[in-house]
Amino acid sequence: MENDLILRVVTKWLSPIIILFALYVQFHGDYSPGGGFQAGVIFSSAILLYSLTYGLDAALKLIPESALRLGASLGVLIYGGVGVTSMILGGNFLDYSVLASTPIAGQHIGIIVIELGVGLTVASVMVLLFFTFSRRVTP
Amino acid sequence: MEQLTILLIVIPLMVAPITALIPSEKITWFLTLAVCLISFAISSFILYQVIDGTHVIYELGGWRPPWGIEYKIDSLNAFVALIVSGIGILASLFAYRSVPSEIDNKTIPLFYAAFQLCLLGLLGIALTGDIFNLFVFLEISSLSSYALISMGKHRKALSAAFSYLILGTIGATFFLIGVGFLFAASGSLNTADIANRFSSFEDMQLVETALIFMIMGIALKAAIFPLHSWLPNAYVHAPSTVGIFLSATATKVSIYVLLRILYDLYPIAYWVEMLLPQIMLSMGCVAVIYGSYRACQQVEMKRLLAFSSIAQIGYMVIGFSLVSQLGLTASIIHLFNHALIKSTLFIGAGILLYRANTTELSSLRGLGKEMPWTFAAIALAGLSLIGVPGTVGFVTKWYLLEAAVEKGMWIVVITIVVGSVLAIGYVWKIVDNLYFKSKEKLHIHDVSSGDSTIARSPKTMTIALWIGAILCIFFGLNTELSFQAASSAAAALLKA
Repeated sequence: MENDLILRVVTKWLSPIIILFALYVQFHGDYSPGGGFQAGVIFSSAILLYSLTYGLDAALKLIPESALRLGASLGVLIYGGVGVTSMILGGNFLDYSVLASTPIAGQHIGIIVIELGVGLTVASVMVLLFFTFSRRVTP
Repeated sequence: MEQLTILLIVIPLMVAPITALIPSEKITWFLTLAVCLISFAISSFILYQVIDGTHVIYELGGWRPPWGIEYKIDSLNAFVALIVSGIGILASLFAYRSVPSEIDNKTIPLFYAAFQLCLLGLLGIALTGDIFNLFVFLEISSLSSYALISMGKHRKALSAAFSYLILGTIGATFFLIGVGFLFAASGSLNTADIANRFSSFEDMQLVETALIFMIMGIALKAAIFPLHSWLPNAYVHAPSTVGIFLSATATKVSIYVLLRILYDLYPIAYWVEMLLPQIMLSMGCVAVIYGSYRACQQVEMKRLLAFSSIAQIGYMVIGFSLVSQLGLTASIIHLFNHALIKSTLFIGAGILLYRANTTELSSLRGLGKEMPWTFAAIALAGLSLIGVPGTVGFVTKWYLLEAAVEKGMWIVVITIVVGSVLAIGYVWKIVDNLYFKSKEKLHIHDVSSGDSTIARSPKTMTIALWIGAILCIFFGLNTELSFQAASSAAAALLKA
């Protein structure tokens, strides 16, 4: 599909918008429907679109596999890290209320950071899954 | 003190992603062993705290129980967590030399990460007091065990893992449907809350359906007789370390979930009326006979052990479907005893696989004379499996017989005796081939010349094997510890 002009142009226009929408879903997760999981899937779809149009090698140049593995692990660590932080600050595991001076602010911070971790892991794993299945040669 | 309970979940959760990123096999192995050791220390400390019948309560995220997730640890929770983390130590000791010989160097860190996630899932099931949270942990442990099984050396591991994946997913889905129905009826996911308000929604048809769905789903996971078909292939083709860990923990934890559903979530009178004890009792009896009979037929050691596992699960089912203090105690104590016996035997099989590159009994002939210590440990564990006095197997069978006689269930008594006789048959098959048959010339592949790695059993493997074998005898002679934990757990279940 690399010679198809329309596809190439549309992909170039569409990818940033998809990523922007993913970030919107990510950061509005605590107020409205959405959150890390959905945002991660939307984000990964932008990269899937890119690699469908420009080929797997171009996509791998954009995001190398090692970065994806790092991202997948880092997301889990962020999630657990929030829980451990709240334990260190004297609350129970994942008790966001102790994260800031007031419980409400603490809940906000907690859920935003947690969703960030979820989004990172989901996006990385989705792209990793796509790369694994679309690669012909085994690693 | 309360914070310690959650550390059982948090430590593997935090270490697993780090493990996945470290490219060294030695460091990742060490991290895994450290996680298992710490979990073991914490769970034995918690068991020590709660063995007298008190509870440790932990509210996740600071939310109050009926709404938030609550971990309520009594002696049964702590006992199961102790079994899981203890077997984790044995399996990771064994893994030190076994994993590099069976798994591609590049995937070793991922292997250990999946192993820790599996441990996390099983510990989580053992600790949580919230049925949806339990489902989540069930999925964590199952998903990681599918990945672990598929890493087996042989190509058949992939198909074994896939059929386990299909059946395991069906089981988990059934369980989730049951949880959904129960939630629709009761409006709560907290075990204690549902049990407290049970009479207010008891009449709904939905509650009965929910029970059937949950039992079917978990019975599939626990490989109770007619639903056992995934088990032999999964255990045989998995890497040795995974075979050891899963055979000793995965089905036991599922039995634990069954105990919780039947004795904690639902009132006992409710399901006794549905004739469930009779149905499960007959399933258990058939499982004992069928599993032992099939084990006698096998010509491959790991498959033989897998079928014997199906029989041993039958004993646990018999124990808790007798609905008495003694039967329940026997069932819970057998969780522990069987985990010890089966892990020892699978470690033995793993050493034979490492040395001889096969576990076909016909190719192992006479190897017992070559490896007397390994053989001795296998024989000890085999005696425990039969139930010879002085070993852990005897303890279980004694209590089980006592419970059956107390209830006047003579058919159960006969089943246990026949099962033990058949067990003599299949254990003898191993002993006979390993020790009494004339020697067979070994065919060893894939060893570069001058390589002496397989000339003797690795120390870590032997240590793991003998820890298991000695504990089989120790807890057979000194029953106080395991019996006290099991009977206090049984008393707690029956009171609720």
